[in-house]
Amino acid sequence: MKSSHQIELTAGIFLLLAIAALVFLALHATDRGVVSGESYEVTARFSNVGGLTPRATVSMGGVAIGMVEAIELDPETFEARVTMRISRAYDNLPDDTSASILTSGILGDQYVGLEPGGSPEVLQDGDRILITSSAMVLEQLISRYMFNSEDGQGEE
Amino acid sequence: MSNATSHTGMTAPLRELGRAGLFLLTAFSRMRFGPRQLAEILRQVYFAGVRSLVIIVICGFFVGLVLTLQTYDTLTRFGAADAVSTVLALSLFRELGPVLAALLFAGRAGTSITAEIGLMRATEQLDALDLMAIDPMERIVQPRLLAGLIALPALVLIFNLTAIVGGIFFAVFLMGSDPISFWANMQSSVELMRDFGGGMFKSVCFGFVAAWLAVWFGWSARPTSEGVALATTQTVIATAIAVLVLDFILSAFML
Repeated sequence: MKSSHQIELTAGIFLLLAIAALVFLALHATDRGVVSGESYEVTARFSNVGGLTPRATVSMGGVAIGMVEAIELDPETFEARVTMRISRAYDNLPDDTSASILTSGILGDQYVGLEPGGSPEVLQDGDRILITSSAMVLEQLISRYMFNSEDGQGEE
Repeated sequence: MSNATSHTGMTAPLRELGRAGLFLLTAFSRMRFGPRQLAEILRQVYFAGVRSLVIIVICGFFVGLVLTLQTYDTLTRFGAADAVSTVLALSLFRELGPVLAALLFAGRAGTSITAEIGLMRATEQLDALDLMAIDPMERIVQPRLLAGLIALPALVLIFNLTAIVGGIFFAVFLMGSDPISFWANMQSSVELMRDFGGGMFKSVCFGFVAAWLAVWFGWSARPTSEGVALATTQTVIATAIAVLVLDFILSAFML
């Protein structure tokens, strides 16, 4: 039988071990999003977001610079309004930056790809990205391909 | 006070549940914290937690191994071996870690709590404490309840960690996966609050239920050797059922 001093010491070490496991797992095994420090918000409207979900990556040139915060339907225009949170490290994006919804790989996740424009003005917190292109929907692509072959430019 | 055999009608299980609930209320209403009480809680954390460490670490490691083995085998057929670490981490954090650790805890620590309190009842030690004006609720029951509440989440954390070590051991050292992409895939798919935090919330609930049932079955055991043996068995059965039912309810609410 151990003395009560030793028992308390062992119990203390045990709890310390558990706290270390907690800190390690919480910090190193989980995703805290791309944005962990200072960030700002921009919005963009799309006619179709496809399979985009909140927490999806926002990237420019293939580098993750932010994440999708929220996706809502605008009740007046019936467009999808995507709110993105972008790291402060990239606060010099031109205000004519364009956004498109892309897919990584054939079955991969959808993400928002940003393409820089040439304007000297930069995007501010709360700004809206005006130039957008919606997600590719496979059925629309196929129907466009099928009906375009007959009369040049088919209807959307 | 503790003759559960006299009423064997349909209402007997309900009455048992009611008595267990009232018992819990009494234990919490007489809650008192002093340096002496905290030292006793720490002692019980030792008995419930540290003494369960060996079984938790060994089982955790092998659960990680077998989980990775099975998912690796299945996912490579679909060319999705990259998702092995995602499956491992999500199933561990959300379900397997809390549930398996709670079942092992019931078998290792719950039974010994029940047997200890049952024997105290059988050898009239609880009555002796009462005679000495020492409240057995405060001296015996509360430290064990709180220790279960603390020890199980700690054990779940250690279980998860060793299971991930087991998974890495299998995937990286035996199957030759890339350790960096293994870890990065896991990291990108586990959400801190929803997956990890949800699992930890579950483990706190399970710790509470496991400690409550263990203490209650010991407390209400018939003061004979058969009574203590029966109570020990009941602890394991009741905890297993309660944990699995509660797990479904909590998962349904969290998803």
